Amino acid sequence: MLDGARIARLALDLGAQPGGALLQASRDLARGLARRLGCAGALAALLLPRLATAVAVGTALATSASAAALLHAVATQGALHYELGGWSAGLGIALRADGLSALLLMMTALVVLAASIYASAYFKAPAERSRFWPLWLLLWTALNALLLSGDLFNLYVTLELLGLSAVALAALGGKRAAVAAALRYLLVGLLGSMMFLAGVSLIYAGYGTLDMAQLAHMATAGPTAWTALTLMTTGLLLKTALFPLHFWLPPAHASAPAPVSAVLSALVVKAAFYLVLRLWLDVFAGVVTPAAANLLGALGAAAVLWGSWQALQAERLKLLAAYSTVAQLGYLFMFFPLLQALPAGAARDLAAGGLVMLALTHGFAKAGLFLAIGIIQQRSGHDSIRQLDGTAQRLPATTFAIALAGVALVGLPPSGAFLGKWQLLAGAVATGQWIWVIVTAIGSLLAMAYIFRIIGHAFGHQSYPNLPVTIAREEWPALLLVAVAVLGLGLAGAPVWQLLEVRV
Amino acid sequence: MNWDAWLPLLVVASSLLPGLIIFFLREGSHRLRTWLNLAGAGLKLLLVGILIWGVFHEHVYETRWTLAPGLDLVLHADTLSVLFVTLSTVLWLVTTIYAIGYLENSPHRSRFFGFFSLCVSATVGLALAGNLFTFVIFYELLTLATYPLVAHRGTPEAVRGARIYLAYTLGGGMLLLIGTVWLHVLAGPTAFVEGGVLGRLPAEYHPQLQAIFVLLILGLGVKAALVPLHGWLPRAMVAPAPVSALLHAVAVVKAGAFGIVRVVYDVYGVNFTDQLGLLTGLGIAAAITIVYGSLQALQQDNLKKRLAWSTVSQVSYIALGTAILGPVGTVGGIVHLVHQGVMKITLFFTAGNYAETLGIHRVSEMNGVGRRMPATTLAFSIAALGMIGVPPVAGFVSKWYLGLGALEAGMAAWVIPVLLTSSALNAAYFLPILYRAWFREPGSSWPAEHIPAARLETSAALLWPPLVTATLALAAGLFAAAPYSPLEWATLIAHREYGL
Repeated sequence: MLDGARIARLALDLGAQPGGALLQASRDLARGLARRLGCAGALAALLLPRLATAVAVGTALATSASAAALLHAVATQGALHYELGGWSAGLGIALRADGLSALLLMMTALVVLAASIYASAYFKAPAERSRFWPLWLLLWTALNALLLSGDLFNLYVTLELLGLSAVALAALGGKRAAVAAALRYLLVGLLGSMMFLAGVSLIYAGYGTLDMAQLAHMATAGPTAWTALTLMTTGLLLKTALFPLHFWLPPAHASAPAPVSAVLSALVVKAAFYLVLRLWLDVFAGVVTPAAANLLGALGAAAVLWGSWQALQAERLKLLAAYSTVAQLGYLFMFFPLLQALPAGAARDLAAGGLVMLALTHGFAKAGLFLAIGIIQQRSGHDSIRQLDGTAQRLPATTFAIALAGVALVGLPPSGAFLGKWQLLAGAVATGQWIWVIVTAIGSLLAMAYIFRIIGHAFGHQSYPNLPVTIAREEWPALLLVAVAVLGLGLAGAPVWQLLEVRV
Repeated sequence: MNWDAWLPLLVVASSLLPGLIIFFLREGSHRLRTWLNLAGAGLKLLLVGILIWGVFHEHVYETRWTLAPGLDLVLHADTLSVLFVTLSTVLWLVTTIYAIGYLENSPHRSRFFGFFSLCVSATVGLALAGNLFTFVIFYELLTLATYPLVAHRGTPEAVRGARIYLAYTLGGGMLLLIGTVWLHVLAGPTAFVEGGVLGRLPAEYHPQLQAIFVLLILGLGVKAALVPLHGWLPRAMVAPAPVSALLHAVAVVKAGAFGIVRVVYDVYGVNFTDQLGLLTGLGIAAAITIVYGSLQALQQDNLKKRLAWSTVSQVSYIALGTAILGPVGTVGGIVHLVHQGVMKITLFFTAGNYAETLGIHRVSEMNGVGRRMPATTLAFSIAALGMIGVPPVAGFVSKWYLGLGALEAGMAAWVIPVLLTSSALNAAYFLPILYRAWFREPGSSWPAEHIPAARLETSAALLWPPLVTATLALAAGLFAAAPYSPLEWATLIAHREYGL
């Protein structure tokens, strides 16, 4: 596990980086702030252990506000670009924000904010708190930095930072299983980063720049680009846990504390996915072949089927949720062959929007699901699905949150996932790739089966072993997150497509 | 505020909002819950009244909201949707009163009434859906809202019944979704237009359109309980009586039947469907269901099960009417949407009364029940006679128009025998019940007498709803030619559909 001094140094390193950003013109402010506040909060939480919770929640509020400001700026002014310290791209570090990164940044902010409020009630011992909060905010900093970086080396650094803080958080449970899972997570993460770094060095050797915008113009099909892309993608697939590289995810996500599981499943794997998306759709768009896209799609389809099937077999709620993440990531990869086959234009933009919509909905829904499961686990001392009987009567709000999360995971209306899956199906039908339609149908039916297995047990009428009072600070964050996934994105999700038109 | 653009939304919201508030009410706030329910139902009735008047005078009411580029949620009132909305609203009001009496002092009433309201909101949304995309959304919402109602009692049997219900309906929903997406890719947003919109597509699309039609009908057929997709319906009987009543009369099975009507008339167009050679297949499926459901009903001793199989059979009259080309058959099918609803809800109310008052669940326990509960049994008898098709009850009108339509369309050779067989079977499973209830001597005691005989044979909230719906069933038959009667409205729909 990371010790305090190491964390402080990392936090300081990162805190120094965007320092100049704050002093720039106002449109850069929000963007710099989003990263900066996370760091400052991590540092403050480390230095003032007693006030850690208050500082952290305060930081979370402020950062969410700046993420909203950034989203607004991108929506009204277009893509933002900023060179750190005034060094031009190629040499210096570029920060950028387009529609995609602003959306993901906003999702990150809301999920972390809700999970922070939840965590302020979840962690009770002061020792737990003083270990949790600095790592938590560090993780957030890394996520924000990753989403805003426009340069491959910077991305590597943030990826590494993200991986390390995620491992440390996953191990916080302290039990043997948690530590073992975290250790495996660490090794996989390091292997992934190494492969990514190897790809990055090849790129630098081949093109002399690491700026993604410049690379997009320079990259041409050839051995360098193919090898580099293969290396980087494999590293990222390991981190995003695409089947069959998913083996590390279920134990790691299932044994972490609830708020950590929420963020790991909703955000951390999606950060690696975001990079795959950037590389395949933006930077190396001209290099990717249909066969390669089909391979990703096929792996995604296998992930959907295998993950859903395993979720159906799971005995524990958290394991179910973790396998469901494996499956849900599979859907995202099934978009790649569609995007490859569709000609540039309205239909392709619709499909790309569907992909992002699905990713966003899953983020909110899965985070809410893990938080809700955490409530059940804390109240009853276990998360065994067979022993859930009577939960609907005892914890109605939590059961409702699980049910709503289920609506989003299955892709039923009115959730955002319904709109996402609609685009997946429409793209597959339009390009004649019926295999993805069949996989989506089977995956959705399996998802219904595993979700309603929980709900069915929860409706069973045995009385619950004890009569605990539920805490609003825990139930509301879970409910609000799933409400965003089901109602917010589903009914007011049209701006997502508009925002995605804002590109660098 | 543009009133015309808000009215459809308000009609949906008038049950949705009370439902959402009810979820957060304490179990004990009985009065507030009742008040909210009735206020919502009353307001909805008022709004629907305005809607009826406006649609009759060719006013356009439409709410439109963009969910994603090219995908609009559209609530639009036309003659067909108004028919279904009115049916849902009136029966919801009656069922709510019944449910308040039925569930008195049972646990989890806030949850029950919350989902009950959501269920009606979904039904009304589905009725007002202006395109296939919107229809699919409310169709799935209806499934989700009814699941907790079927599972409400929490017994292993209830949970199992609910799970089977869900497996069938969500599976069907998936087929419907795939069909809808396919159609969307092929033809763009498919708004419901009288006379259909797909006839204009070039001939090379016809094989695809046939495949889509099969997908859509399979998806809708699950809820409409077309054989062999009917398996969930008899098992969902474990639900409390008001839920069964609503499920069988308005919400779920009708959603499927209504969807079939929409797809045939307003998406494909009935002439184009016939041109594609799809109408006969639908008619045969409906005919098989009608006969098979009746045969099964004959073998059930459990009263609710017998009624459930009778629903399987009766709902397919609507599909049968759809499959008969020509305005008269159309009128018969569409008017049965209303008539079957009113009659079947009466039957389920009365079955619930027998169970709640005397603990009677089986037909064999009903000897002499007419003497103990004359008003309930009278309501039961009217509805049962209507189901058989005895004039002047509403069911006769439906069957008359179906038969006439078949003659006109030259399909009499097989439709008339189906109608006659079915009526004979209906008589075979209903008349023995009436005989037992009125003419047999009662046994020494009832299975479990929960409510003792007083001035009224059972509690007032349980007694009035079936009397009201039985009166409606009688009135719909007696005054079929009056303006704004279901028959007149169905005729209006058929006229606009065929452009007469």
